[in-house]
Amino acid sequence: MIVYWLCFILFLVGLYGVITRRNLVKIAISLSIMEFSTFLFFALVGYIDGGVAPIVDPADPVKAYVDPLPQALVLTAIVIGLATTSMLMAVIIRLYRKYGTFDIREIKNLRG
Amino acid sequence: MNPLIPLFVVIPLAGAFLIMILGRFIRELNKYFASLILLVLVILSIYSLATTGENLSLYKVGGWEPVNKIPIGIYMVMDGFTVIVLCIINVIGFLSAFYSISYIKRYTAENYFYALFCLMVAGMNGVVLSGDLFNIFVFLEISVISSYALVAFGVEKNELEASFKYQVLGGLASFLILYGIGFIYWKTKTLNIADIKEVFNAGYDKSYYLFVQILMLSGFGLKAAIIPFHAWLPDAHSSAPSPISAMLSGVLIKAVGIYVIIRLFFNMFAVSEGMSVLITTLGTLSMVIGVFLAIGQWDIKRLLAYHSISQMGYVVMSVGIGMILVSRGARPEIASLAIAGGIFHLINHAAFKGLLFLNAGAIEYTIGTRDLKEMGGLAKSMPATSATSFIASMSISGIPPFNGFFSKLIIIIAAIMAKFYLLALLAVIVSIVTLASFLKFQRYAFFNKTDNKNENHIKEVPFPMVFSMVVLSILCVLLSLLAFPEIREAVLTPAIDILMDPGKYSSQITGI
Repeated sequence: MIVYWLCFILFLVGLYGVITRRNLVKIAISLSIMEFSTFLFFALVGYIDGGVAPIVDPADPVKAYVDPLPQALVLTAIVIGLATTSMLMAVIIRLYRKYGTFDIREIKNLRG
Repeated sequence: MNPLIPLFVVIPLAGAFLIMILGRFIRELNKYFASLILLVLVILSIYSLATTGENLSLYKVGGWEPVNKIPIGIYMVMDGFTVIVLCIINVIGFLSAFYSISYIKRYTAENYFYALFCLMVAGMNGVVLSGDLFNIFVFLEISVISSYALVAFGVEKNELEASFKYQVLGGLASFLILYGIGFIYWKTKTLNIADIKEVFNAGYDKSYYLFVQILMLSGFGLKAAIIPFHAWLPDAHSSAPSPISAMLSGVLIKAVGIYVIIRLFFNMFAVSEGMSVLITTLGTLSMVIGVFLAIGQWDIKRLLAYHSISQMGYVVMSVGIGMILVSRGARPEIASLAIAGGIFHLINHAAFKGLLFLNAGAIEYTIGTRDLKEMGGLAKSMPATSATSFIASMSISGIPPFNGFFSKLIIIIAAIMAKFYLLALLAVIVSIVTLASFLKFQRYAFFNKTDNKNENHIKEVPFPMVFSMVVLSILCVLLSLLAFPEIREAVLTPAIDILMDPGKYSSQITGI
């Protein structure tokens, strides 16, 4: 059970980073931490203690297979995460070119 | 098996790639090509609306049949509620794409624009049609990633800043949703919405159930910009190119936000009183706060964006009232009236808010500013824009012959009949404030005289833009026909039935 709590704490660490950091790149890193804590949670959901890879071999009946579905989901989610992260980094690079800074306090054209 | 269902995703997805490839060789083709793709989708969605009715049709991706009545493949589901949202997405999408033919000329890289546009439509169609949670997430990401790129399409300071904000909050929402999906899979060992419903029916742990509901509500609430989660919306919707603003405000927050909230909380979770009171409260808050934030705005697109929050509040509040009544199990006819009001307002909002953003785009296209103080006297030089925006403004503020009046009337009547007098009063007050705000928009933009020196140079926008605006304004008038009982029965009642009857959705899917 404790490992699930640690995983959720990792999620909250990422959330804390998104809220408190002022540097654009650090915000992106915090988002990645959240993302990977979610992936870790998915991997834990499918994990069974002592389970083996789910390849059915009639000659050797095994009691416990790990659940393959969360792994497939995580792979899909990692690809999506790659797209979001690269999109975010592209915008950060453009923002740096326009403003000459990574500090979020100085990027505040839009208000109200 | 309904073979039409996957076409809604496949056609725009293939179109996006074709535009990228063909656009390299044939420069002029791509802009008409996007409109053509969306026109095909409009025809398909209207055909589905006409044929679906009470039926619920399925498409099993890859042909995986259920084992012991437990679905194991990916299901795409089309029912009465889905087809309504599909029609909204594709009609507004087609008109925005057609409008873009002239509007987008001032940007470079037109083919990227149309490719992203088609991807966004594909994602939204996928979210609406998907029958399992993880595919909702995947399609949601397809549509929001392309919308991140489209918001930043101008690559100037404001656009980039808005896109960054949108991406950080959107990313947060995505992870909350993914976490929620993980939790649901952990306990139920299935991802199919209908199957999850069956598993939850067999019993669940209360605190776990509440936690999952809160995760889902905050995740999709962020996407739908309900009030405590609204910070990104005014920036993103005002910075995007105008046809994209029309898509974001008119369609995206509904398809990936409101639609999924309604679908999950009616058809997957058992409707509980605590949760429905929370949803109603959030809806009322966004309705009231949104309009008061809007009234002080001088940038037209920011003003419209805040009104989107407020109008979505009407929808959420009305559906929430329906949920409260369903959870109490009392007076189903009032509950169905409240939900009908919510869905009717959702359709209407797509028409008039899409139109208003297209009007704002037309004004920006001609005079190059979005500041209301610098406009004035446009009524004479831009008659079509002026007339259509007048219709849309009257529509959104609820003036009788137009559609907004009827949906607000239904919502207010439902609130009074359900004895929520305070909510009914607030809905009336918000409607009056909306009227005030739009009278300001009309006066400053179209009627006020200014000493504009180059007034003679201002002329009406080109044909594609006028066409889209006129069609939407006709829709604004025609949609009020939905208030009549016969037409409402044909269009809205199937949607309400599938939402009101808790077992119908899941039993039909797992039973087939």
